[in-house]
Amino acid sequence: MKSKLTFYLIIAGLILIGLCLAWHRHSYLKVPFKPGIEKPVWLIEARIDFKAQGEPVRVSLDLPDHPPGFTQVSEQAASTGYGFSIIESNEGKRAEWTKRNSLGPQTVYYKIQMIEDPDAGIDKFQIPTPKPAKIYWDPLQSVAAHQLVEQAYEKSSTNLSFARELAKLLTSPEPDQNASLLLTEYSLSHLLMRLLNHAGIPSRISMGLELEDARRYQPLKPVLEVFHENEWTAIDPKSGAQGLPENMLLWHREGKSIIDVTGAKDSEIRFSMLKQTLPAMDLARLQFENDSFSRLNLYSLPIEEQSVFKLLLLLPVGALIVTFMRIIIGIRTSGTFMPVLIALSFLQTQLVQGITAFVSIVVLGLMLRGYLSKLNLLMVARISTLIVLVIFLTSLISVIGYELGFQLGLTLTFFPMIIIAWTIERMSILWEEEGSREVFIQGLGSLSVAIFAYLCMNMDLIRHLTFNFPEVHLIILAFILMMGQYTGYKLTELKRFGVIKKDF
Amino acid sequence: MWILPSLLNKHGILGMNRRNVSYISQYNTRSRYPLVDDKLKTKLLAEKFKLSTPKLRGVIKYQYETAYFPKIVENLQGFAVKPAKGSGGKGILVIKERKNGLFVKSSGQIITINDIKRHLSNILAGLYSLAGVPDSVIIEDLIHPSEMFEKLSYDGVPDIRFIVFKGYPIMAMLRLSTKASDGKANLHQGAVGVGLDISTGKGLHAIQHSRRVQKHPDTGLLLNEILVPDWKNLLLLSAKSYEMTKLGYIGADLVVDKSHGAMLLELNARPGLSIQAANGAGLLPRLKKIESIDPDLYFTPEERIEFSMNTFHSNFNKTPVTIKTA
Repeated sequence: MKSKLTFYLIIAGLILIGLCLAWHRHSYLKVPFKPGIEKPVWLIEARIDFKAQGEPVRVSLDLPDHPPGFTQVSEQAASTGYGFSIIESNEGKRAEWTKRNSLGPQTVYYKIQMIEDPDAGIDKFQIPTPKPAKIYWDPLQSVAAHQLVEQAYEKSSTNLSFARELAKLLTSPEPDQNASLLLTEYSLSHLLMRLLNHAGIPSRISMGLELEDARRYQPLKPVLEVFHENEWTAIDPKSGAQGLPENMLLWHREGKSIIDVTGAKDSEIRFSMLKQTLPAMDLARLQFENDSFSRLNLYSLPIEEQSVFKLLLLLPVGALIVTFMRIIIGIRTSGTFMPVLIALSFLQTQLVQGITAFVSIVVLGLMLRGYLSKLNLLMVARISTLIVLVIFLTSLISVIGYELGFQLGLTLTFFPMIIIAWTIERMSILWEEEGSREVFIQGLGSLSVAIFAYLCMNMDLIRHLTFNFPEVHLIILAFILMMGQYTGYKLTELKRFGVIKKDF
Repeated sequence: MWILPSLLNKHGILGMNRRNVSYISQYNTRSRYPLVDDKLKTKLLAEKFKLSTPKLRGVIKYQYETAYFPKIVENLQGFAVKPAKGSGGKGILVIKERKNGLFVKSSGQIITINDIKRHLSNILAGLYSLAGVPDSVIIEDLIHPSEMFEKLSYDGVPDIRFIVFKGYPIMAMLRLSTKASDGKANLHQGAVGVGLDISTGKGLHAIQHSRRVQKHPDTGLLLNEILVPDWKNLLLLSAKSYEMTKLGYIGADLVVDKSHGAMLLELNARPGLSIQAANGAGLLPRLKKIESIDPDLYFTPEERIEFSMNTFHSNFNKTPVTIKTA
């Protein structure tokens, strides 16, 4: 009884581990459960133009570093003749192009792919509250600013509501004198930022990119951010509403400048963008290339090996089906796993062509085998002869098929020739010993199991799961183990013993 | 005709999965399988334990030895050629007499010495062996069935299959070859199986091709009137096979020879389940009954068959038993 318990615990464990790993892969590595899902991706291109002056040139561009609402998928730079590197420091991520000597108008490109991801960019750890920036006004402005701040302060309770009240004051249809005075000097966002800092509330101007499909030459737009409850929150200066506008990618958040150029002049940066759709599968692969858990998959193998594994990893499904068919249903097949191998070759040949070719090879082979039995050969020699004949028949069928216009030829080579030769041998003996009926029963049994296995292995979902979620095989293993302990009746036994019904 | 699984369970029918998991793998030690899978070993063992079997006339192990075959059978009018590791009666060739230098098969077909030699090389190459491994050939005496059996069967020798569990014969079936089975006593091929009462050796029910039959399809004899002679000796012989092999769950195939009486033909570590259909009774209640005997006690074969004859009478399965399902 104790061993039974361990057995069931092992099975439960296998299923649980399989499910958990699959869930982890799905939720953290974003591998989709279903095949064929596509996700929108923004392809953004930053183009920097400048005029080099025949000196060593260094161009440094601030890059988006974990912007809220977006996850980076890939990045690349294109610029002939320039050395390129990405530098990550405390001040953020920067791209740097360098060249010893260049003259005249130059262009460098930086491309980045981003997907929308509501969970991205939220700071996992607390950032220390930054100090408000020091603000200097001329005396007249100082008074106006002071009064505005006082006015807003009375009507607000938090940093955010304070910002909102300030925005209201500045954008009201009939602004008071103080507001009008300051607005002549500063733009709305800058003024708000100054006023907030003046009031001791940390705030800053970040630069964002408004994403719109197929736009070219877009500039960065200022985005006002206020520090509130341990994080930077974007504020719309016109309405005071909090949160980023939709499709706003914060490109430049902190650090010194968006772009630094030495050894050149008239630098200018512009952005183009394009909305693409990419299979979710590829995205997950790009995004988590270096994650330690995601290394536990098969994408790291060369493509050729991957396709071999794609096929190999379908075999457990076939084994599961054969186990089920034989233990639970009780179908008799000739050769235990022959149907799975046949089903695998059907995957290459397509079903109808595969069945036609398989049946004709076996039937012709049986006819030839009938003659072989008269030759009184030793068994090994006989089966070797059969292998040669089967290969000959396969080539013949391929050629005939090709002449008739069926593109069957190459794929037929996937048939397991030696297995087919053995099948023919066994069926022929079965015919001699047990008669044609048993041959038909086993032949049909094998073929129907093969077709069923083919239909399962050909399902996109199953192909997707077996390859992208290798842990699914633990679950398959658990099912096979479970069936190994099944002591109930097979379906066919219900008919086999049906005769005893009369006795009771 | 289909039957509900609950009904099968109620009547204690043993299914193949349960047989394999709960009986064969529990009671049969793997290392002792070769004793029954290799008929040559079974035969030598049976001779050692003084169980009567058809006399061994020769063994051919290598291809070149087939040349000596005519010499081996020189003085024999009839003989049987068997693969040592064959299963389900495959590859057995029975020659009942010679005619003008040719050989007459049990079916009446006449074959030449070359046909036999070809058969020999097939056996040696492993065509009939369980896993296709090279095999050897056994040549043994022909069995002459007693008159009563001769009438019963359409050529070929009827044999009796016993299921012997821990040394107790618990179920028996007489297998009669038919025209359809080509003289072979194999139920798959259309032989008739007659369930026998363990207490008396009397015919109970019969099946052919998984269907009830009342009469032998070729000889027309009424099957439920059969009474197997020498019944007690047959039971005893089957029970003794347990001491010989130490395998807990086996099928013992026995024949009754005109002059030698009960003889052991072969043993099977994976006996089929059709015997239940022929008996119209399930094996499970009988297996449970034997399992309930205290394993510390030892009983002689004589005591065991006494127990079996008293217990497994034709009404045994009619008495209600409850079977716990695993």
